[in-house]
Parts: sequence; C-alpha cells; structure tokens
Amino acid sequence: MKSGSNRIEAVVTDVVTVNDLVKRFHFQRVDGGLLPTFSGGAHTVVEMRDGDRTRLNPYSLMSSPLDTHDYTISVRRDDVGRGGSLFMHNQVKPGHRMIISNPVNLFSLDLRARKHLMIAGGIGITPFLAQTSQLAGRGGNFELHYSVRNEALASYADVLKQRHGKRVNIYRDDHEERLDLPTLLAGQPLGTHLYVCGPSGMIDWVRKTAADAGWPVENVHYEHFAAPQPGKPFEVTLAVSGIGIHVGENESLLEAIETAGLNPPYLCRGGVCGQCETNVISHDGKFLHNDHWLSDEDKAAGCKIMPCVSRFEGKSLVLER
Amino acid sequence: MGINFKQETFRDDYTFRNSPEQIRRFPFPFHEDGYMYSVNIEPHVPTRKNSVFEHLFDVDEHYVSEMRDRAIVLAEDPLRCQSLPHMTLAGWDTLELLMTEKAASYPDLFTLTRDGDKWHWINRPLGIDDHFTFGDTATLPYSPLEYITRQSQGDFAVCDQRENNLWMDAGMVTTQADWSLDFDIGMNFFEWHAPVPLAHEMGVFTRALKFLTSIQQGQPARRLNWTMTINPRLDTSPENFHKWGTDRATVTPENVGQKVHLRVEVQMFFRLPRSNAILFPIRCYLISMDELTTSPKWARRFHRVLRDLPNELAEYKGLVRYRPTVVEWLSKRDDGAPTSPGFGPD
Amino acid sequence: MTIKSRPVYGTLTPQAGTSHLLIADAEGAAAILDLAKKAPAGFFASAEIMYFPGSEDRHHVDALKALAPQKFYEGPSFAAALPRLRQILEEAHMGLRLYVAGTEVLISQVELAANAVGVDHRAIQAEHRGSLARRVQCVHCKGITENVTTQPYTCSHCGLLLLVRDHYSRRIGAFQGVCINAEDPTEIPEKEEIFR
Repeated sequence: MKSGSNRIEAVVTDVVTVNDLVKRFHFQRVDGGLLPTFSGGAHTVVEMRDGDRTRLNPYSLMSSPLDTHDYTISVRRDDVGRGGSLFMHNQVKPGHRMIISNPVNLFSLDLRARKHLMIAGGIGITPFLAQTSQLAGRGGNFELHYSVRNEALASYADVLKQRHGKRVNIYRDDHEERLDLPTLLAGQPLGTHLYVCGPSGMIDWVRKTAADAGWPVENVHYEHFAAPQPGKPFEVTLAVSGIGIHVGENESLLEAIETAGLNPPYLCRGGVCGQCETNVISHDGKFLHNDHWLSDEDKAAGCKIMPCVSRFEGKSLVLER
Repeated sequence: MGINFKQETFRDDYTFRNSPEQIRRFPFPFHEDGYMYSVNIEPHVPTRKNSVFEHLFDVDEHYVSEMRDRAIVLAEDPLRCQSLPHMTLAGWDTLELLMTEKAASYPDLFTLTRDGDKWHWINRPLGIDDHFTFGDTATLPYSPLEYITRQSQGDFAVCDQRENNLWMDAGMVTTQADWSLDFDIGMNFFEWHAPVPLAHEMGVFTRALKFLTSIQQGQPARRLNWTMTINPRLDTSPENFHKWGTDRATVTPENVGQKVHLRVEVQMFFRLPRSNAILFPIRCYLISMDELTTSPKWARRFHRVLRDLPNELAEYKGLVRYRPTVVEWLSKRDDGAPTSPGFGPD
Repeated sequence: MTIKSRPVYGTLTPQAGTSHLLIADAEGAAAILDLAKKAPAGFFASAEIMYFPGSEDRHHVDALKALAPQKFYEGPSFAAALPRLRQILEEAHMGLRLYVAGTEVLISQVELAANAVGVDHRAIQAEHRGSLARRVQCVHCKGITENVTTQPYTCSHCGLLLLVRDHYSRRIGAFQGVCINAEDPTEIPEKEEIFR
C-alpha cells in the first residue's frame, strides 16, 4: 500500500464497444503491478484531461474484486451531458494514460444479509457485475433482476446469464416484459437486503414499492449518483480565498473551484457522500440543488450547497471556501 | 536490523523496562502544557526514522514478550478475541494488511510469499513458518483475525460500516484501557463510547465519526489517547479489575518513579478493501515516571497536564486515588521553565 | 443525561407491512392495546400476538383476544416460546413487521432472535413497559443477575459487589456490572434501592 496517496497512474489497455451506447475501458497500472483490492459496489474517479480543462467523473468498477490485474468500467454515451462520456467515447484509446482514484465504496453489500436481491436498470448494471462476482466466489445467496430497453442494449446480460444462470432475470422493454416487483418482494425470506441501481425514476419506484410492502429502510440500498448537469454560467466569490471564479456552462461548481487552485475534499462527485458540502455566506438568486445529501430544510434555508452537482442562477453568490 | 527483543513480563514480577533508545522514541501525547479532548486525527503516514511512526505498524523491543502476554490472557479468557459471523472477510483483509506491511517494513523479520491464493508466511521472532490458502479458514490454526493478531502488538477492533455508522463487530482485545470487547461487540460508535464523559456533549464523537466513515483505502489516519497504569500491566481489562484495582492504592511518594506509568495509545484507522470495514488498531506504549522524567521537558509538561486535568476526566481515567501523590512527585521535577512546542523530548 | 448505549424505546406504531408479529410480557399488553387504537382497519387480521402474562391479572389476556388477531398465543415465559418464535422467523417473508412491548429483558431477547435471521434491531418497534429493574452482567465472571434494583448490587454468581454502569449491551441484553471496591475491598458502600 502506498500510504497517503489517492491517485493511481493507469494506462488504458483496451477499449471495447459493448453496443451502440456503451463502451468498456480496461485500466492497468503504468508500473504493471496489481491494483488495490476493492469490494463490490466500489467506484473509481477517472480524471479526464481534455485540452485545458479537467473533468473528474465517478464510474462503478465492474471487474471481479477477486482479480485486480486490471480495473474495468463501462461508460454510457450521453450526447446532452457536459461532455465527460463523449470524451471517453471519442478521445480515449488504448495506450492513453489517465489518473484514476483508489476505489471508494458508497454502495457496499450488507454482509449480514441472508439473501441479496439486486435490481438494475440500464447502465446501472455495472456495480452488480462486481458484487455478483464477489458473492458467487463465496457461495453467497443472491438474485439479480435487470431491466433493459431491448436485446441490443442489454449490456452484459449474456455474460451474467452465463456466469450465474437462473439467478439472473432479464426484462426487455420492447418485448413488454415487466418486473412484477410487488410479487417479487413478497416472496423474499426475512433478512433479505435489496439493492437498486439505475435511472432515478426506477430507484424512486423500487424504494416506494419496498416501503409500501413493509421493507425497513435498513434493508434497502441504492446507488444514486447524480451526474452534474450543464447549466447557465454563473459567478461566485470564494470568501476565504478572496477570489472570484466563473463557472462555465459545461463545468460543475466543484470543477471551477478546483481550476482556481483549491482542493475541497470529495469522494463521489455525485451529490451523495457529503464531503464537499460548502457553507453559503450570502446569495441573491436561486439555487439549483441536485444532490441527495442536504436536508430539505438546508436546501430551503439556502445556507449550504454541494458544489459537485448543484448550480446557481442569480446576481451574486459568496461561499465559505 | 538489530531490534534486541527483550524477555520480560507484564504481570507478577513486572520485569518490563524501556531501553534508552525506546524512551527517546516514546509517543509522548501532549504538544502543549494542558489537555482536553479534541478530534486530533492526522494522516497515518510513515514519518521520522527512529520514531514509532517510521512504519505503518511499529515492531519494537517488547514484541516477543507482548505476544507471550497475549497468549496468557487468551488462555485464561478466550472471549477477548471474537468476531460476529459476517466479519470473516474483514479478518482476511486484516491478515493481508498486517502481513504485507510487516514483510515490507521488516524484511529481515517477516517474509510473505504469495502464489495466487497459496501463501507462505514466515515470522522469525516468533518462530512461525506456515503455508495456507488465503480465504480458506480451514488452513489456519485460528480464524484469520486471531491468527495474525496473535503476532501483532496492540489491540484490534474491526468495525463494519453500515448506514453512516461504525459497528464494532470483531476484535482482539487483551491490552485495553478498561473496556470489554465481549460486552461492547455489536455496538455502534456512539454506544461503545457511552461511558466517556464530556465528549458527547462537545460533539467530538459526531465529528470523529463523520471523518472515520469517509476514510479511504490507502489513506489511513491516526490519533493519540492516554491514561495511566500502575505497574507495567498490559491487561488492564474490566474483566480483571478486581485483581489489579488494588494496585492503585499502592502508590507512595517513594515508589512513584517505578510503579506509575503513562500509557499512550496510538489509535489507527484503515479502510479494508474486500469488506469495506474499518480496522482500528490500538497500540499501547508504557513508560514509567522514572523513564519519562529523563526528559526534563516531558517532566515539566506532564506535571502541568496532570495537575490541571478536569476532575471528570481524572475520574474516568481512574487516576483519582493516586493523582495527588504523582503530581507532588512531578512538581519537584518542574522548575516552572517554559516548554518548547511539539511532542519531542528536546 | 441520556445513556448513549441504552436503547431509546419508542411507542408502538403500526407499520406498513404484509403481516405483523406482536410480542409482549406483563404490562406490555397495554402497549398493544394502545397501538390497536391507532391501527388501520384489518390490521389484526394479519397479526399474531404472543403474550406472556406472568403474574399479571388475566384481564389483559381477554382484552388482547378481543382484538381478534389471526393467531393468539399465550405462554408461561419467553424461554418456553422461543422455539415457536424461531420457527415463525425462519419461515417468514419480508413484509413481516415486529413489535415488542414490556420489560427490557423481553425486548432484548426478541431483538436477539430477530438478529439471528438478519433483522436489524432498528427495524423492530419496541416499547418499554413495566419494571425498571435491571438485568446486569458481571463483567468479571460473566454471570447475569436478573431484577437488580439496588446500586451497588451483589453478583448472584461470584459474590463481588458491583456498580451498575450506565452502559448497556443489546447483544447480551444487560447493563454492565463492575466491581465497585476493587481499589480497596474494605470499602463497602451502602446499597440504595434506585431501579424501580
């Protein structure tokens, strides 16, 4: 273990087109050694140097935690996003050197569970690829239910079926196949834990259905990274540092703060871990809170902002940074 | 190379002593002439040569004898090492971390050879040479946690992380400052700290927990804590309090120097990779008042800290009965001169 | 000051769920009767009540039966009912909600049985009713003494005089007792009746 360092110098060893929307990227250490061991559900933050700007995006590790000679991630192309996925799809080729972070797990398995029930939608399948490998290697009891748009976009459905057989169930939208969630939930043994990763509408639906069916919140886990959204540019004053910064249309507030030379702490860059929480000293305008961290009271009070995903529209914003 | 492992005891005839070199590297915990709780957590990075922070896991001259004392405690009371069923994976994580770090820090003492999951571990000071299969508990004489912590100085608590809290679900605890693993196992961070006075109200634990739950792989942290112990006894457990408690009434002005020890805990925090648990090693260092006061700065400063310690803390740390005697003894070694900043002995 | 390691019990409140298991001893029955006032129609049609009246007046039994639960079980003690409870939990599906009311001892025993099948204690509705007498474990000999009402108390197993610490283990279902005169065994503090 190299103590105190969070950054790994990696090289892209392979880029595989999975389907029309998804590409898979393989990373190895530049020095050829093993990458850090991780637990299923962990993500790595990939640093993308694109001309004079740097984006940092989190991606779930999907390779087996039992084999760390490489890390793999899958990136779904988002044509209207801020450009991170387009950069990965269009610019990153085998041989490309990139900095990735040590793995961080904000979506870990509850190892006390008698059974793990996993629900995935679309690209939300990636953390489950690692988790099912981890559990299968230790004889764990799990079941995966995976909804896809159609056969062609069913990333890794074939691999999962091949690895885990009947424990994997696929639902194709274009074949009118639908997961009967209430029935599925009603049949699970006491002590089952439920995990969901996918579009936010799906996460909300699963959480609500489970709550209505009497599932305690302790047994329901979800991966809910919000990707930073583009928006109108805005100006911010960082009071502690005594500088003014400009947040561009395709840039997050956190990235703009980093570009100015500051290093606020972060783990997820997706509005869930709470690390980059920043106090608001004064503001004249409205916040666009996109995080899942701040309480509704905090959001209403306008006293805090999560710069990784949230934005601002108005005359002035002064932050304690 | 050249750790001269001592043959000594931490019970009965108490032959434990620190060599002059060991005194110089003692982790004195006070950076100023007073003490109050603070979160005081810093990155656990290898630092100065010839300090206890030279390596992530310090091995010192007391290693062999401390491990013998641990074996005695476990023979008397096997409940000092426990693990709830879901923590086996964290046990393997702990074994891997300790073996790889020890072999890297002290190649002349420890050797680890890995061929896939076939591992070969050599511990020369303890005369151990074992082949086993990583991940297969049946190939070790003990659980992975017990196996490796019978070979590692300090106590080890292993905490599962769930719902933004830490749950003490496994551990090896034989050198503790008055807390019981058997009683506390399964508790969350706030519950196992329940008996600590003042700190809850100060919000110390809420802040500390927020920090600890966000510790990342490859970025361990540490903090120091302290108390005092009469006689160099490692096993100051509540289980045996009725046996060692009377020691506290034996302090006299004549024997303070030999009998009274400052006990410093280096608490470390590591994120474990497979289980996502937090490993919490608690390494105990003992130093007698005679040994401590070989540094005039430490003598002055410890006098001022102990004299001004709030009563609640003295009560919690169990110092009430002998504090006046020790303060009086130390006052004769404090000329009132200012002390230099920092922890070092000067 | 609240005791950080002592569970904070609430008031039984009906939860969303497909079935409900309510367990009570002695005066805990009254908590179930209070919950019944707040319960939605049909709640007890999918509920089982397990009740240990002890020396309580029989009128609680009749009142609980009058709630018309799907199943009603009356037993002489929790220990006697444990095999039955274990089987219920083993075979239950998610959607079963657990409620326990009565002594701290009962609450901790139900939590332990539920933990064994993977139910988190925070998912269990618990309400304390009845005696404030404490169950205390001697940290020295590990023996448990029931119904401790004094501070200090004498361990019923090893005979040491113990201070009841405000430190509670849910796993053991007991407070911690630590020798009160370990530093000077000739000091014998008076016992005071304080847990009632």
